[in-house]
Amino acid sequence: MLRINGLTKAFGENVVLDGIDLEVARGEVVCLIGASGSGKSTLLRCLDLLEVTDDGDIWLDGEELTDPAIDVDRARREIGMVFQAYNLFPHLSVLDNVTIGPRRVLRQSKADAERRAHALLDRIGLNGKADAYPDALSGGQQQRVALIRAVAMQPKLLLLDEVTAALDPMLVGEVLDVVRDLKNEGHTIVMATHEMAFARECADRVVFLSGGVLIEEGTPEQIFTAPRDPRTREFLARYLPS
Amino acid sequence: MTSSLPPGAGRTLSARQLERNAYRQRRSRRRVTVAAVSTVVVLGLMLVVVVNAPGWERVQATYFDWRHARESFPAIVDAFLLNIRLFLTIELLVLALALLVAVVRVIPSPALTPLKILAALYTDVFRGIPTLLVVLLVGFGVPALNLSGLPTSLFWLGVIALTLSYGAYVAEVLRAGLVSIHPTQWASGRALGMSYGQTLRHIVLPQAVRRVAPPLINDFVSLQKDTALLSTIGLVEALRAAQVYSAKTFNFTSLCIAALFFIVVTIPLARFTDWLTIRSLRRENGI
Repeated sequence: MLRINGLTKAFGENVVLDGIDLEVARGEVVCLIGASGSGKSTLLRCLDLLEVTDDGDIWLDGEELTDPAIDVDRARREIGMVFQAYNLFPHLSVLDNVTIGPRRVLRQSKADAERRAHALLDRIGLNGKADAYPDALSGGQQQRVALIRAVAMQPKLLLLDEVTAALDPMLVGEVLDVVRDLKNEGHTIVMATHEMAFARECADRVVFLSGGVLIEEGTPEQIFTAPRDPRTREFLARYLPS
Repeated sequence: MTSSLPPGAGRTLSARQLERNAYRQRRSRRRVTVAAVSTVVVLGLMLVVVVNAPGWERVQATYFDWRHARESFPAIVDAFLLNIRLFLTIELLVLALALLVAVVRVIPSPALTPLKILAALYTDVFRGIPTLLVVLLVGFGVPALNLSGLPTSLFWLGVIALTLSYGAYVAEVLRAGLVSIHPTQWASGRALGMSYGQTLRHIVLPQAVRRVAPPLINDFVSLQKDTALLSTIGLVEALRAAQVYSAKTFNFTSLCIAALFFIVVTIPLARFTDWLTIRSLRRENGI
C-alpha cells in the first residue's frame, strides 16, 4: 500500500535520509527503531509531506505523494499523524479536538462527528472528559486523545512519531494499549519508537535506521534475536536488558 | 523550493527528481510573475483613476504644489522637533506609569487592594475618555485651578494629558503580557530562591515585554501621531505650523508635508517591531 523508493532528504550539508527503500502492506504495523538523529522522525515527516524531499518517491495506494503538483491538503487527509508532544489544540475541548477535523475537512455534520467522537472516546475510556480542556488531562490521557483525533479522520495510514517519549513510564502502557487496539482493528501504522518491548510484541516488521540509512529490516523475532548487522547488534545491546 | 542536496557529495539526482525540481522552479516563477503583474495592474489602475478625476488639477494645485512645499518646509521641520521632544518625553513617562499600574494590578497581595482599585479605576476612566477630550480638560482645566506647584507651561500640560491617556492603554497591554506568562515560570523563579519581586523583574517581565512588543510599539506609533492633538491647546507643533502656513496662503500642501513627517518617523518603528518579532521567533522556536 505504501511504497518508498530511494527517499533522500538533506538539511543543508546534513544528509538525514539516504536512499530509504521500504514497503508497507495494508494492515501492517511497522516500527522504526534507531538512535536519536537516525532519521526516524524525518522519514515520518516526509511521509506526511511536512518536508520537501530531495529525491526518491513515495507512493500511497497508487498515488505519487512526491509529485510536486499534488494537492497536499487532500493527500494529508488520507494520512494521520501523531506527534511526541501531543499537540492537542489548547483552546478546544477534548470533544472539539476530536471533531474539528471531521467537521471542517470531511464536512461531517456536528451530530455525526460528535457521535463518532463519543464512540472513540468511549473506547479509550475518556468519554467522561469530553468537555474537559487538554490542559486538565494527564500526558497519557492527552496522547490517547491525540491518537483518536487522528483516527477520527479515518486515515489509510497512521504515522506515530515517538508517541510515548514524553510520558512517564506509568503512562506509557495506557497509550500503547490504544496503539495495540488500533492494530487489532486493522489500521496500517508506521511508528518511530524507543519502546523495544512493544515493538517486539506488536510490530509485524521492525526497521532499524542509522545515520539516515536503512540498515536492516525483518520480523521482530529476527531483529531482536538474530540481528545481521553489527550496528543493529550494538544499538540493541544498549537498549535491551541483557 | 528546489533540492538542497549538498553539492559535490557525488550524488546524481534521479531523472524524476530533476523533473520535479524543474516543475517547482516553473511554478514559483509563474507565481512571482502573477503577483508582480497583478500588483502593477492594480496600482496602475488606481493611479489612472485618480489622475483622471475631474478635480485632479485643482487637487494637485492645492495639495501637491512644489513651491508651497518648499516654502512651508522650514517652519514645519522646526515645529516637528517639538513633536519629537514631546513624543520621547511622553513615551518614557508612559512606560513608567503603565508598568506601575500593570504590576499593581497583577500582584496578588490583599494589602494592595486600595491601590488595585485605584489602578483599575484609572485604566477604566482614561481608556474610556477620548484622548482629545483629555487633552482639552488637562490643557485648559488644570491651569484654571490656579494651584501653585502645578505646571503652567503648555509643554508639560500636554505631556501630562497624553501620559494619562496612553498610560492606561499601555498598562493594559503590559498586564495582558504579564498574565500570559505560564505560572510554571513564576514557580521556577521562586524555586531558585528568588523573591516575588526578583522573579517578576528577571523572569516574568522580560518574557512579558517580548511577547507584547508588537502591540506596545503599536501604541507608541499611535502616540507619535497623537502629539498632533496638542495643537488644540496651542502648542505649535508640526500640524499647527502647517495650518498656520495654509491659513496664510490658502494652500494645503503644507498639511501633506506635515503628514509626510509623521509617516517618515513611524516607518522605522514599524520595521523595528518586525525585526523584534522575527528575532524572538527565531530564538524561542528555533525557526
